[in-house]
Amino acid sequence: MNFDTAYEAITEETGTSPRWAYGTGFTDPLAGVDTSVPDGVDGADLAAYCLMLGDDALIMSHRLQEWLARAPELEEETALANIALDLLGQARLLLSRAGTADGTGRTEDDYAFGRAEREFRSVRLAEVTDADFAGLVARLLVFSTWRLALLDRLRAAADPVLAAVAALGVREVTYHRDYAAQWVIRLGDGTDYSRARMEAGLTAVAPLVPELFDATQTETRLAEAGVAVDPGALRDSFDSVVAAVLAAAGLVWPAAVPGLARVAGRAGRDGVHTEAMGYLLAELQSVARAMPGASW
Amino acid sequence: MARATGGAAAELARRIAASVPDPELPMLTLADLGILRDVTVEGAQVIVSLTPTYSGCPALAEMRSDVAVRLAAAGLGDVEIRTVLSPPWTTERISAAGRSKLAAAGIAPPAASRPAAAGPIPLTLTTAPARGVACPACGSADTERTAAFSATACKDLFRCRACAEPFEHMKEA
Repeated sequence: MNFDTAYEAITEETGTSPRWAYGTGFTDPLAGVDTSVPDGVDGADLAAYCLMLGDDALIMSHRLQEWLARAPELEEETALANIALDLLGQARLLLSRAGTADGTGRTEDDYAFGRAEREFRSVRLAEVTDADFAGLVARLLVFSTWRLALLDRLRAAADPVLAAVAALGVREVTYHRDYAAQWVIRLGDGTDYSRARMEAGLTAVAPLVPELFDATQTETRLAEAGVAVDPGALRDSFDSVVAAVLAAAGLVWPAAVPGLARVAGRAGRDGVHTEAMGYLLAELQSVARAMPGASW
Repeated sequence: MARATGGAAAELARRIAASVPDPELPMLTLADLGILRDVTVEGAQVIVSLTPTYSGCPALAEMRSDVAVRLAAAGLGDVEIRTVLSPPWTTERISAAGRSKLAAAGIAPPAASRPAAAGPIPLTLTTAPARGVACPACGSADTERTAAFSATACKDLFRCRACAEPFEHMKEA
């Protein structure tokens, strides 16, 4: 490989050597991993759960990628790109685990590019757009605080693949949470203007928080079997971390903001999303839908 | 299975797999980075175990491919490459030779050991620049962190206040 010119390096003839892009034969991230489902674990439930956590990461990653070339500083651009990349990596592992757990053999691409909106199981927090950088920072603080609490407990999951993916993720999301927390503090404890924008960001994200702690029947069943984390059990940990960040920023959590309504009792985990999700998927899936099975 | 052949094949396979360069840090080999977990020979088959560094590291697929291509070129075509997820890779797995090569390439190596984790995951609220990383250019410890992320997820950005040189540092993970 030519390391002097990135373009030559990625375009040079490499035979069967995979490149990380749709249609380039990039290999399964779980290639070579023992993906048998442990005794006593329901494969269909495990797959459904992996889609929830994988979709959260995939959709949040996509929204972060939209900041590339738009971030306020180069340092923030690389930070957001790295966070997006970490989450995309987690999504790939989790979607691949879903396809091995339910026995269908579906690949990460099948899940990411071949499903309709109602089949995505991500929380609505992951899909909404950000009004500005402060809005993104507020959303990233909530997302990473919640996900870190979840992954931390998931390291003890009864599925060794899921536990290993969680262990990798904990290290990564610890950085994401610190990054978001430090920006909330800088903006909250900055000028009147930055503080007002940060407050607006918190107000925008607050309605999306209650949904994070609602358990689906799948999660409840799996939590009883030691495979999943009951999201309701994460609330105290989440609240104490957010309170510590807001205290350092001189901010308070917006009072009395009602949660975003569920639709006939359903929300993101049931495949019911906000209007933003359709636009996001249209972009995410455009190449794969226009040229199914393309290779290049 | 011929015992001598198997042992010689294992030794050859180990030497080849260990010398494969990392796609993103080509001055280091998979062995230097601690990404290569194990090489064994079962019958005619070579089994190579690799471990990913970060979930999103795009290099792992290339490493798998590079190892297979190089072993095939040495006549060891029957290769199985396993991915070991647990226990997770840490920067403590980077060898002393690997740390020297990183420093020689202008990248400050990670600390040799990480503080033992106990209790809740620590939340770092301060943006005060981290200190204590030696400058790979001049050796001064008078350095400061300028950004928590850099061109790859595994590194952050520093600046030396003695020689004014900016440099990357591999994060402890």
